[in-house]
Amino acid sequence: MAHQVRLTLDALQSLIDELQSREYIVIGPKIENRKVVYDEIAKIDDLPAGWSDEQEAATYRLHKTGSPALFDITHSMNAWIHHLYPSKATLLKASRENSGFTVERMKEAPPKYALFGIRPCDLEAMKKYDRILLKDTFHDEIYKNRREKTFIISANCTRPSGTCFCASMDSGPKATSGYDLALTEIIRDGDHYFIADIGSESAQELINKIPQAEASADDIAYANSLIEKAREQMGRTLNTGNLKEILYKNYENTHWDTVGDRCLTCGNCTLVCPTCFCTTIQDYTDLTGSNVERIRQWDSCYNNEFSYIHGGSVRTSSYARYRHWLMHKLATYHDQFDTSGCVGCGRCITWCPAAIDITEEASAIRQHSITV
Amino acid sequence: MEKTIETNRKTNGQYDPLITHPYTVKRVINETHDTFTLHLGPTNGRNTIFPFTAGQFNMLYMYGIGEIPISISGDPSKPEQLVHTTRAVGTVTKAMRGLKKGHSIGVRGPYGNGWPLDNLEGKDVVFIAGGIGLAPLRSAMYQVLANRDSYGKVVLLYGTRTPIDILFRKELERWKSRFDLDVYVTVDRAIGTWRGYVGVVTILVSRAPYDPRNTVALVCGPEVMMRFSIMELKKRGVKSEHIYLSMERNMKCGVGHCGHCQLGPTFVCKDGPVYRYDEIDYLLDIREV
Ligand SMILES: Cc1cc2nc3c(=O)[nH]c(=O)nc-3n(C[C@H](O)[C@H](O)[C@H](O)COP(=O)(O)OP(=O)(O)OC[C@H]3O[C@@H](n4cnc5c(N)ncnc54)[C@H](O)[C@@H]3O)c2cc1C
Ligand code: SF4
Ligand code: SF4
Ligand code: FES
Repeated sequence: MAHQVRLTLDALQSLIDELQSREYIVIGPKIENRKVVYDEIAKIDDLPAGWSDEQEAATYRLHKTGSPALFDITHSMNAWIHHLYPSKATLLKASRENSGFTVERMKEAPPKYALFGIRPCDLEAMKKYDRILLKDTFHDEIYKNRREKTFIISANCTRPSGTCFCASMDSGPKATSGYDLALTEIIRDGDHYFIADIGSESAQELINKIPQAEASADDIAYANSLIEKAREQMGRTLNTGNLKEILYKNYENTHWDTVGDRCLTCGNCTLVCPTCFCTTIQDYTDLTGSNVERIRQWDSCYNNEFSYIHGGSVRTSSYARYRHWLMHKLATYHDQFDTSGCVGCGRCITWCPAAIDITEEASAIRQHSITV
Repeated sequence: MEKTIETNRKTNGQYDPLITHPYTVKRVINETHDTFTLHLGPTNGRNTIFPFTAGQFNMLYMYGIGEIPISISGDPSKPEQLVHTTRAVGTVTKAMRGLKKGHSIGVRGPYGNGWPLDNLEGKDVVFIAGGIGLAPLRSAMYQVLANRDSYGKVVLLYGTRTPIDILFRKELERWKSRFDLDVYVTVDRAIGTWRGYVGVVTILVSRAPYDPRNTVALVCGPEVMMRFSIMELKKRGVKSEHIYLSMERNMKCGVGHCGHCQLGPTFVCKDGPVYRYDEIDYLLDIREV
């Protein structure tokens, strides 16, 4: 069994201090504009202790609980992607020179991030990003350099939100691999502490520097029971049995029209989704025209221009764009990358202004399946 | 030819696939009123000659304007001559038409698979091109003609709008005069002194001399044209798994990262642009996929 230790709240602060002394920028969940975002934190006190979130289709609310728990809130609105695959990045600078131009490749000094309190679903999403941007014929420089430096402190979930369905997608509520440390928060008998599973040598080395105690078998069992309870309380479920095959056979199901009528093609779902990775590349020219920056930005398949080829876009109807998105999440991603395009975080359900729910839409297609 | 950077591209972390490299225009050929061919060479004598497979494409970058996928239309056995043939249709391609000898253009690539020419020994090869679709097929044509004895009949069926739109006219005439090659050209609309075929290319598909049971067809052109040509090929008995077509989708990266070129479960930039018909036939009948 992996080595597990017990940490107090103060020890977590020491952990952050240690990380900062090693020049890590610590990223964690914090409250901003009445929602939990994932961004830079200075200390443990920046975490949303005593807050909890309520998530439903098109609904997000925060409320005070009176509990000292750090992790009663579930995942943040935005995932870690902002930090490892920035929403805007300059790829190159070009300058006019005589009859031609020169190109200067941008090389960044990659920031060193410690991702604190990253949820199991988001950690699974990172493995998908690794597959796409590191393990294909070509890798992405920016992602690779940032990713290699990243230290990961995952937080197992002991309370799912109303839109969570990671249990159906096999991507939570417990982090199974890919972390340096995985925390489970425990509050019992007036005690508040964390069981930390040590997943790497550098984590072990850090842990040695801070106050800690060996976790008892009872603590470990209790932590697991909390996670198991969360597994049973998922706000949503998705039946993935044979789903890919069913979806492929139902490209022309009339149900797509029904959801297409509701979808505003706003792209919110793609912006919050931790497995969405689409980008576009554009030129930004200065006023004189003698300098150009080529900038890569996040893009959304819901934009009409996304599929533009000369003569018009391939997907103009909203049903076709929603279909493309859902098919990608639950069917085509499997064939592209040998893994699901959905980790069941439920963000797309929460942040859809039209309350469109991927679990409902997938099961509607299953129910009205043209052929089985 | 010198050791190229192609191998480095895949193995050496130094190569960043999203960085364009300035090339110099060595020669401009105005093919028709809206189509032109550029011969490019590395700028500053840097060692950036790369081999390519017929059917592959490069991302061509016009300074300050944008970057687009364009197939290589040159001879794969002469990679030192980097050749692209483009039809001016919009922002980038129209700017590209303004390029003169000595000007610069950004190049990165080559990307995508290519036409499957290696395993066609003894087969009849039928090229079916619509409009600018002749450009990527020309590379394959060069390769087939260089090994002419390896194949059975070689047939080129080419359809375009009007006689003044005929691409590579001199080359087509030269090919037409060969005894080991059947070249048929048709136009949608006859003007001037045109005495050739009038009508869509599918008519030629049903009449041309090839043995459907021993034929491999390579098809490139507008999607509708390809659909109808394939219907005709199948009617004559050419098997789906012997038909290849080159698909077109919006492309930003060319390397499977940006998501734009998705066609069902595939990325046109890396799984295509050439597909075996039976791999994607189910997608071609679906609207807006
Ligand atoms: C694999 C492949 C090979 C191609 N080979 C050739 C060729 O050999 N010769 C040729 O003339 N054309 C070819 N095309 C089509 C060519 O890429 C488009 O005609 C060109 O992108 C149009 O750009 P534009 O700016 O002039 O047009 P606009 O209509 O002004 O387009 C604006 C922008 O939309 C995007 N876009 C538009 N059409 C396409 C398209 N078809 N594919 C991808 N992005 C597009 C580009 O970002 C473009 O800058 C090929 C396309 C693909 C996918
Ligand atoms: S599709 Fe929705 S539930 Fe699935 S990973 Fe993306 S945002 Fe989360
Ligand atoms: S599904 Fe919802 S969030 Fe996604 S584009 Fe449509 S309306 Fe916007
Ligand atoms: S062009 Fe970017 S994924 Fe294919």
